Amino acid sequence: MKRFLGFVRKEFIHIFRDYRTLFILFGIPVAEILIFGFAISMDIKNAGVAFLDLSHDEITHKLSDKIISSGFFRKTEDLLSYNDIDKVLKKGHTKAVIIFEEDFGRNLIREGKASLSIIADGSEPNTATLITNYTTAIVNDFNMGLAGTQVSSALKIIPEVKMFYNPNLQSHFMFVPGVITLILILICALMTSVTITREKEFGTMEVLLVSPLRPVQIILGKVTPYFILSFINVLLILALAWFVFGLPVKGSLVLLLAETMLYILMSLSLGILISTVSSTMQQAIFISLIGLLLPTILLSGFIFPIENMPSVYDYVSLIVPPRYFIVIIKNIMIKGTGLMYIWKETLILAAMTTVFIAISIRKFKIRLE
Amino acid sequence: MQKAIDTSAICKRFGNTTALSNISFSVNESEVFGFIGPDGAGKTTLMRIITTLMLPDSGDINVLGKNCRTEFKELRKEIGYMPGRFSLYQDLSVEENLEFYATVFGTSVKENYDLIYDIYSHIEPFKKRLAGKLSGGMKQKLALSCALIHKPRLLVLDEPTTGVDAVSRSEFWDMLGKLRQYNITILVSTPYMDEAMRCDRVALIQNGNLLAIDTPGEVRNGYGRKLFSVKSADKYKLIIALRSLNETITSFPFGESVHVTFKNDRIPENLNSLLQNQGINDALTEETEAGIEDRFLELMQTAGPSFVKTTEGKAARQ
Amino acid sequence: MRKKVIEVENLVKRFGHFTANDNLTFEVYEGEIFGFLGANGAGKTTAIRILSGLSSPTSGKVKVAGFDSGKQAEKIKKNIGYMCQKFSLYEDLTVKENIMLYGGIYGLSRSQIAERTGILLDKLRFREYENKLISELPLGLRQKLSFSVAVLHEPKIVFLDEPTGGVDPITRRQFWEMIYETAASGITVFVTTHYMDEAEYCDRISIMNEGRIVALDTPGNLKKQYNVSSVEEVFIKIARPDASHPPAPSPGSG
Repeated sequence: MKRFLGFVRKEFIHIFRDYRTLFILFGIPVAEILIFGFAISMDIKNAGVAFLDLSHDEITHKLSDKIISSGFFRKTEDLLSYNDIDKVLKKGHTKAVIIFEEDFGRNLIREGKASLSIIADGSEPNTATLITNYTTAIVNDFNMGLAGTQVSSALKIIPEVKMFYNPNLQSHFMFVPGVITLILILICALMTSVTITREKEFGTMEVLLVSPLRPVQIILGKVTPYFILSFINVLLILALAWFVFGLPVKGSLVLLLAETMLYILMSLSLGILISTVSSTMQQAIFISLIGLLLPTILLSGFIFPIENMPSVYDYVSLIVPPRYFIVIIKNIMIKGTGLMYIWKETLILAAMTTVFIAISIRKFKIRLE
Repeated sequence: MQKAIDTSAICKRFGNTTALSNISFSVNESEVFGFIGPDGAGKTTLMRIITTLMLPDSGDINVLGKNCRTEFKELRKEIGYMPGRFSLYQDLSVEENLEFYATVFGTSVKENYDLIYDIYSHIEPFKKRLAGKLSGGMKQKLALSCALIHKPRLLVLDEPTTGVDAVSRSEFWDMLGKLRQYNITILVSTPYMDEAMRCDRVALIQNGNLLAIDTPGEVRNGYGRKLFSVKSADKYKLIIALRSLNETITSFPFGESVHVTFKNDRIPENLNSLLQNQGINDALTEETEAGIEDRFLELMQTAGPSFVKTTEGKAARQ
Repeated sequence: MRKKVIEVENLVKRFGHFTANDNLTFEVYEGEIFGFLGANGAGKTTAIRILSGLSSPTSGKVKVAGFDSGKQAEKIKKNIGYMCQKFSLYEDLTVKENIMLYGGIYGLSRSQIAERTGILLDKLRFREYENKLISELPLGLRQKLSFSVAVLHEPKIVFLDEPTGGVDPITRRQFWEMIYETAASGITVFVTTHYMDEAEYCDRISIMNEGRIVALDTPGNLKKQYNVSSVEEVFIKIARPDASHPPAPSPGSG
C-alpha cells in the first residue's frame, strides 16, 4: 500500500509541476464553459426592442417609456400588427418585441390585471434570456409603483414570455453536458495514455517493471490521480454552470455523479488501452486525438444532432462511447429523468468499460518485447 | 560457491536479426563483471534478459539462484537496474527521485543511506534541483543511487558511462570499486575498451557472440603475437609505408602511434631504412603491451570476416 | 609557416551573468587534427557553435576559414562540414539519396555530385550498398559513410563529435585512418569528445575547464608535462585538481 501511495504521490508531482498539463486539466474546462456561456456578454446595453402597442393608452405609454429610459433598451420600431413581428426580428437589429394587448389600460383598471407579451429572438439564447429577465423586472417594478399610487393594490401586469426560433433555448443548456463529455474523455484518455508512454520513452518503465511493483499497481497508480482530478473537474464545471449561469441539475445529483464516475472509468481504461499499443507519446497523442476527440466532437451528438446524420454515421456513432454518456447526462441534467430512462445507455457504457479494462490488463506487458 | 549468474546457450532473435547466439557464461558473487563490446553487439539485450525484462528464445538462465522465467517476481526484488538512458524523472527533484525509488522498492532512504552515502553525498547539496537540470555526471550518480537504494544483491548497469566526461567516469568506477565491500555483484556494460581494466572479469561481446571471458589481464595476455608501436610525425604516411612492407602483418593507428605486428614477431632489421625509402625519417619503434582493444581486434579478425562486418544491431536495442 | 584556418583571439561569450567562454585564444592549422576537450559544461558546445557560425561572440575576434564569425556566418557554413555520432544520415533514404541530398544542400552541381559520389563509393568499396537504405547498413559502415558525406563538399574544416564512440575496434581504427587521410589532403579536422583515448589520436589537443582553455599542446608533450602515461590522467588532473570536493553543477548540458 505504501508503495502504491508513493507511486500516486509521484504522479501528482508530475501533474502539478507541469504547467501545461495543469492548464489542460483545469484551464480548458473553465475556459470552455465561460466561452460557451458568455458567447454574448452578460450585460445588455441598448438592446434593440420593438413595440407593438395595440392599446395606445396612458399606461402603455408610461410603461414603454420606463422600459426605454432604463438604459438597457433602445426602441427600434413601432409595429402595427402581429405580422410585422417576424419581419422585424429577422432584420436582426431587434432582439425582442414587446406587445401590449388591446385595451391594456382598461383591462388593468377594470379587471385588475393586464397582459404583456415579450417575444424574444431565441437564436441568441443568452441575450434572449437577459432581455426577458430585464423586461420582466422593469414590469414588476412598474407593478410596485402602481400598487403605491393607485387605490387598489390588486392591479397587476402579467408578462408573458415567448421565444421565437428556439423555443427551448436548447444550445444554452446543451453546452454544459457537451463540455463535460469532451473534457472527461480528453483528460482521462489522453492524459493517462501520455503519462504511461512517457515512462516508456524515458526508460523509467524498465526500472518500474524490474521493481516489485505489480502491473496492477502501476496501472492504478497512473489512473488514480486522473480519476480524482477528473471528478473535481466535473464538480467544478457543474458549480460554474450553477453559479454563473444558473443552470441547475434537474435530476438526481447522486445519479449524475455515479454515471460520471462510470464514464471516467471508461475513459481511463481507454487511455490505458491506447498506451499499450503506442510506444511513444506522439503516437499516444495522435491516437487519442484522432481516435477519440474527433469522434466525440463529431459523432456524439454534442454539436451535430445524431438524428440529422446520414445513417452510416449513425451506425458508426454506435461504437463511440461518448454518444451514450451525452444521452445520459442530458437526460439527468436538463430533462431531470431518472435511471428508468437511461438504463440502456448505462448498461452499454458499463459493458464497454469492462471490455476495455480486461483488454488493457491483458495487454499490459510485464516484460519488454 | 554459488554463482550470481549462470547461463547456458542463450539465444535471442528479433525478426531476422540474431541479437544473441548461444551465450554461456557465469558471474561469481560480488565481482565486478564487464560486458565489453561495440554498439549493437547485444549488450543491452543480454542485460534485459538478466533483469527479467525479456525472455530468451532458448537457453537457461539463473540469477541469484532463481530461474529468470519462473521466479522473476522474487528476483526483481533483489536486482538494482540502471538502464542505458539514466532512468530518472526529469521533473522530479534529486531528492524526490531517490525517495520515489525507495518507496517503490519498499524501503526508505534512511534505511540504506550508508550504502549510497559515498555516491549521494556528491549530489546531496543539489537535492532540491530537478533531475532534468543536472549535468551528465550528476545524473549518473543519482541514477546509481536510485538503483542501489533497496540494497540489491545484483546491480545491473547498462552503459553507465556513455555521454559522461572523463572525470565523472573515473569517479564512477571508483564508486563501483567501493561497493565491493557490500557483497554486491555488479554487472556493467560498456563500449569503451579501456574501461575493461576496471573490472574483475570481462566478457568481450560482438555480434551476439562472446569472444572471450576472463580477467582483463588474461584477456590481454591472450594476444597471440608480439605487438610493436611505431611513432612518426606523419602517421598517415607511416601506416601506408608499414603496410607496404613484406614483413608487416597488420598495421593500425592507435593513439599517438601505429600498432604493428611483424612476421617472426621481431622488428625487421632494416625497418628504419625501409621507412626512410618512403620518406619517413623519424620512425621510433619499440615493443609494446597489447591492450584490450588490440586483443578485441585480433579476436574479431580470427573469428572470420563475418565478424568484421558488424551486422544491424540497432533494432535489437529498441 | 603553416596556414591558419581557425584564429580565435580573446573570445568571450556571456549569457547574462554566466560566462561560457572566458577569453579564449587559440589557432588551428590547415590539415591539423585538433582535439577540443573539456568536462560537461566546460563551454565546449558554446565555442563550437561560435566557430561554426551558429552563434556570435560577445567580444573578441573569431576567424574561421578566413571569415569572421558573426558577420560572415553564412560563408563559414559553406566552408565547414559536420558529423556527429548520433545523427548525420537519414535512415529512411538510400546511401545514394543521402549523398545526393547533402551534395545538393552544399550547392554542388549535378555533375560534381555524380563524380564525387562515384569516387566516394569506390573508395569505401560501397558499390554494393549504393541503393540500400541507411537503416540496413551495419553501424560501422554508416559511420564511415557519414564522415565521407561530411567532407563531400571539400570543406576547409570538418567538425567531428565523438566520431568513434561505440564502434567496434576494427571500424574504429579504419575510421581514424580515414581521418588521417582527410587531414593529409589539407582538410582540418576538429574533434570534440569525452573519450580521452580518442584524444590520443589528435595532433594537438586543448582542454577546457570552466570556460577557459587550461592546456593546449600535443598529447605527448602534455603527458610529459604532467608526468603521466595517458591523456585521460592529464585531463583528470586538470579538470579536477582537488577531486575530494563535489563538482559545481554545470549550467546547461555542456
